Amino acid sequence: MAAGIMNRGAVLRAALALMVAGFALAAGLPAQAQDKFIVMASTTSTEQSGLFAHLLPAFKKATGIDVRVVALGTGQALDMGRRGDADVLFVHDQAAEEKFVADGFGLKRSPVMYNDFVVVGPKTDPAGLKGNDVVEALKKLASSKETFVSRGDKSGTHAAELRYWNAAGIDPPTGKVAGYKECGCGMGPALNMAASMNAYVLADRGTWLSFKNRAELAILVEGDKRLFNQYGVIVVSPAKYPHVKDHLAQAFADWVLSADGQATIASYRIGGEQLFFPNAEKR
Amino acid sequence: MNCQPTGASPPLVRLRELSVHFGAVQALRNVSLDVRRGDFIALVGANGSGKTTLLRALHGMLRHQGSRELADASLVQAMVFQRPFVMRLSVVNNLRLALWLARVPRAEWAGRAALALRRVGMAELGERPARALSGGQQQRLALARAWAIQPQILFLDEPTASLDPSAKKDVEALLAGFAADGMTMVMSTHNLGQAKRLARRVVYLDQGEIQRDLPTEAFFGERGSARIDQFLKGEMAWQLES
Amino acid sequence: MSAFAESGRTAVDLIVHADPVLLHTVGLSLSVSGTATLLAAGLGLALGAWLAVARFPGHRLAALVLNTLLALPSVVVGLVVYLLLSRSGPLGSWGILFTPTAMVVAQTILVLPVVAALTRQLVGDSLRDGGDQLRSMGAGPLSCALLMLVHDRWAVLTVLIAAFGRAIAEVGAVMVVGGNIDGITRVMTTSIALETSKGDLPLAMALGIVLLAVVGVVNIGIGMTQRGHGSALAGVR
Repeated sequence: MAAGIMNRGAVLRAALALMVAGFALAAGLPAQAQDKFIVMASTTSTEQSGLFAHLLPAFKKATGIDVRVVALGTGQALDMGRRGDADVLFVHDQAAEEKFVADGFGLKRSPVMYNDFVVVGPKTDPAGLKGNDVVEALKKLASSKETFVSRGDKSGTHAAELRYWNAAGIDPPTGKVAGYKECGCGMGPALNMAASMNAYVLADRGTWLSFKNRAELAILVEGDKRLFNQYGVIVVSPAKYPHVKDHLAQAFADWVLSADGQATIASYRIGGEQLFFPNAEKR
Repeated sequence: MNCQPTGASPPLVRLRELSVHFGAVQALRNVSLDVRRGDFIALVGANGSGKTTLLRALHGMLRHQGSRELADASLVQAMVFQRPFVMRLSVVNNLRLALWLARVPRAEWAGRAALALRRVGMAELGERPARALSGGQQQRLALARAWAIQPQILFLDEPTASLDPSAKKDVEALLAGFAADGMTMVMSTHNLGQAKRLARRVVYLDQGEIQRDLPTEAFFGERGSARIDQFLKGEMAWQLES
Repeated sequence: MSAFAESGRTAVDLIVHADPVLLHTVGLSLSVSGTATLLAAGLGLALGAWLAVARFPGHRLAALVLNTLLALPSVVVGLVVYLLLSRSGPLGSWGILFTPTAMVVAQTILVLPVVAALTRQLVGDSLRDGGDQLRSMGAGPLSCALLMLVHDRWAVLTVLIAAFGRAIAEVGAVMVVGGNIDGITRVMTTSIALETSKGDLPLAMALGIVLLAVVGVVNIGIGMTQRGHGSALAGVR
């Protein structure tokens, strides 16, 4: 703290130096401009299944394009596309996806793959749901007093859940099902809640297979065709937001629908089990 | 400081009909005062009489009605306060700060700082943290700070009121020394003995007005005003210290 | 209790094995929050010092607003910055959404009130003690305030440490404007949130312990710069 501080100008210079140091640090942060990359909006359940860690490096190898995944719920992912902040969408809610394209936000929706949902619950199955009919299971659940955890977050999983309740004639389930609890959260937290409350929950198989906190839970309902969860890929339209990288995004869509991409999807396993089943339309 | 003949040159500071308000309270009422070169004025009075306000008004720190004129627009002033504020820097850096604020050329800093510290008897304390000094030493640092900029007029607001007796003696000796060097000084004090010892002129304030403005012997020899008498007696009984 | 023990063990494991992904994540946390703190310091110290002496009509209101902004939820800052930087927003052409730069912007906004409000209080308090005397020595009002920053430099450092803590510990803003993209905008706090949402609670806690350990090391480093000055209290009256 010598007389150096005393210089009138030095006081101002010190403040400026702080800011310059700040900017210098900022410049050292990962550069973005040089590499080719796109932003993909997808869902938390898909990312957490680990598929992207398997799929995207193969895409980068084939095309040199980086894919940066922002994982949200399906509803938020579509909203992101509507704002032009994503270049490509990879979600699983066909109705919402088709509306997205119809509204002019997306170029085209193409089916890519499907995985399935399972109903998970306490091993002892107090509501007696076990079987392969999801609609019957939900009816039995409604008439019991058992707790059911719903994601309640506009996600593809949540949308599917509501469709099953609808098919069971219980619409909306809030208020009609005694033990219905909405957490407004992702798949992981929902499973955590179910595990700690010993409750039932609808989950995608991928997240369930990776879920480590199972407590007394087990798969009770599976194999119902209605439980199949269809994924679609959509390139976001540059019409509204010219900065959307539609060419690079199209390259991704083309690749993931190609024989190469489809094979890569099929080769992804958890514990030896295949999670995702490619079903792109033959071109 | 140079010795200047008094009386011939214009007053360093001249107050005419000066009033100061703090909100609804009138602290100074139509005060007129000349501070002449070479003066050593003691401002005395009871608490709340306006001593400190008058001192600050002379220094130019307060908004006021009435007039305040300086002999010279570039008059160099310094003020020493009852509780000195020293920065969390070394002793010598505190001096450098004062020199910088007074716009003294950098080249003169080293010399002036060394001389100032020697003048107040703290030559070997230059590198000490100023906050680590005793109360008396901090006040001497404040005096050094003032002395270093070679002020034409030095204001002191109860400079020894917070000091223990031995520190008080040291500071009084320094003030007497400054006065002997010819520095013009205006000092407010509670301590009438101190006023008698150091000042050549006493200004007595009561309720914001100057009641008496006399050379020291005249002030202390005067009788005739019951109020002043009471003040002197009341104060002197327990304030007068040797 | 075993969950805590497991987390502790995992934390030590992580640190010892210095996994490259973890190192990158820690490095990103430090650089994003460190940069934000420096930027907020440059702006906030000046703003706080100025507000301590400013007397313009409404200066009290400005101080009140600043104190209220101390309670800015990090998610709210994230949303505001997101909407500004979105391609559908006014600054979309900058193209910095979902990059560390956006995270720095958001965190700077978040901690700026911390620096400015606390500095204003510090400087104001010191000015009450010695402002008069500095003025009498010839300092203008703003110079007095800046001198008090020098006078109170250790307290100012603590303010900056607090600001850094607020930045590196927050998750709402960086999650929204960064998108938690693996390898690009994933920092310690968003990693913890991710592991929590995957149900891997011991790993989430272990990452939390690692984060605290890293900040602890930073503070030790800062503390060592104080050793040359001994205890700030020695001999103070």
